[in-house]
Amino acid sequence: MTTAFSDGTTTPAAEPEFPMPRAAGCPFDPAPGLKDLQQQGPLARRRIWDGSTPWVVTRYDDQRRLLADPRVSADASRPGYPSPTRSADQGNASFGFILMDDPEHARLRRMVTAPFMVKRIEAMRPAVQRIVDTLIDDMLAGPKPVDLVESFALPVPSLVISDLLGVPYDDHGFFQQNSKDLISLAVTPQQRGAAFKALYEYLHALIEQKIAEPAGDVLSGLVPRIAAGELTRSDAAGIATLLLLAGHETTANMIALGTVALLEHPDQLARIRDAGDPKVVASAVEELLRYLNITHNGRSRVATADIEINGQTIRAGDGILMPTEIGNRDPAVFTDPDRLDVDRDARHHIAFGFGVHQCLGQPLARMELQVVFGTLYRRIPGLRLATPVDEIPFKHDGAVYGVYELPVTW
Amino acid sequence: MKVVLDQEKCVASGQCVVAAEDVFDQRDEDGIAVLLDAQPPAALAGDVHQAAAVCPALAITIQDD
Repeated sequence: MTTAFSDGTTTPAAEPEFPMPRAAGCPFDPAPGLKDLQQQGPLARRRIWDGSTPWVVTRYDDQRRLLADPRVSADASRPGYPSPTRSADQGNASFGFILMDDPEHARLRRMVTAPFMVKRIEAMRPAVQRIVDTLIDDMLAGPKPVDLVESFALPVPSLVISDLLGVPYDDHGFFQQNSKDLISLAVTPQQRGAAFKALYEYLHALIEQKIAEPAGDVLSGLVPRIAAGELTRSDAAGIATLLLLAGHETTANMIALGTVALLEHPDQLARIRDAGDPKVVASAVEELLRYLNITHNGRSRVATADIEINGQTIRAGDGILMPTEIGNRDPAVFTDPDRLDVDRDARHHIAFGFGVHQCLGQPLARMELQVVFGTLYRRIPGLRLATPVDEIPFKHDGAVYGVYELPVTW
Repeated sequence: MKVVLDQEKCVASGQCVVAAEDVFDQRDEDGIAVLLDAQPPAALAGDVHQAAAVCPALAITIQDD
């Protein structure tokens, strides 16, 4: 980035101070710069790509407090809302209720919460178990090494969310590629905008199809709302885009990155594999969510009123970035926070966020991860990396952290 | 122990059901939490406090005896 002067010379503009890079050789740990900030004090301003200096909040208690504060807005159209990167600044239009505030946010969100409630998700567990077992059967019958992302981590949640929403799985190549571009921070803003548009238009057309021929899926469940005038077709398409994207990309990254983390911590993997106890697996899933916190680089908000926090004031209109990957490593809340310990009680982690925007699909994500982690290592006990860990391509450039591919063998 | 649930605040994350299934459920139409037992036995105190602690909407308050 350069700044042009009237005499024709250019000088480098100040480099962004956020997002911060992770340390080489520490793929599971948040950026050391975030740890420094957390130790130094509760609030700090850091410059982002557009030259603005939002607050970066790094401590667990402060993040939870601000994420649950009604004076903190998720509305990306408000002045001061900080997009952590230039590409993240594009393509946010009509992106469902995730970028809205209450009461409109709550009104729309409640239209799609029923299918994700705990008891309905539990009823899906046997079907998810069958999907996981079939994919493992296929891997065991096929050649090795194999890319675990392509053969397992991505298909599991894609199959599940497609079926739940009523999106044809045959289109998975299309929606997976566009989802990947949409959450990549490496693509140009134009590419990100194009990916959003492609997904949105695809789902808009699918909503039209559901209106013509409703089925028993979640998107068809929106049809009566549209008919009653409670929901526009555009809002329905925005919600569908959000659910499809969030429903497969995040879980896929947890499966693949979680497997790398466990293979690098064989005692922890053995604990899950050999326990034969769903409670141990469920606890391990919470700890992996805490430890890996794949939605990295900050949850963005903007203050709508002056907020006093630890003797400092966040003014109305100030941007706020909350990287929960460091909140989840706060030593004031989690003892020895940088240690992966599947037996610790990590249930109060904030990997799904906090406040009214906390992930609505979390019961589904939990159940999928419990089935996956409770099955994969038991069925393939010899599972190992087929490449040195430092050659694995980690998604440093994404809004969601993970690995691009994961060659494994057994 | 008395449990108070504010359904207006609830965002249907279902965390309370996971933490204390004998005390909380979710209503069928939209997943909003419902209170099954407003005065749960002391044996469930730990689960109920966990439910309140993890509720992202701060919709659960507990009045201890």
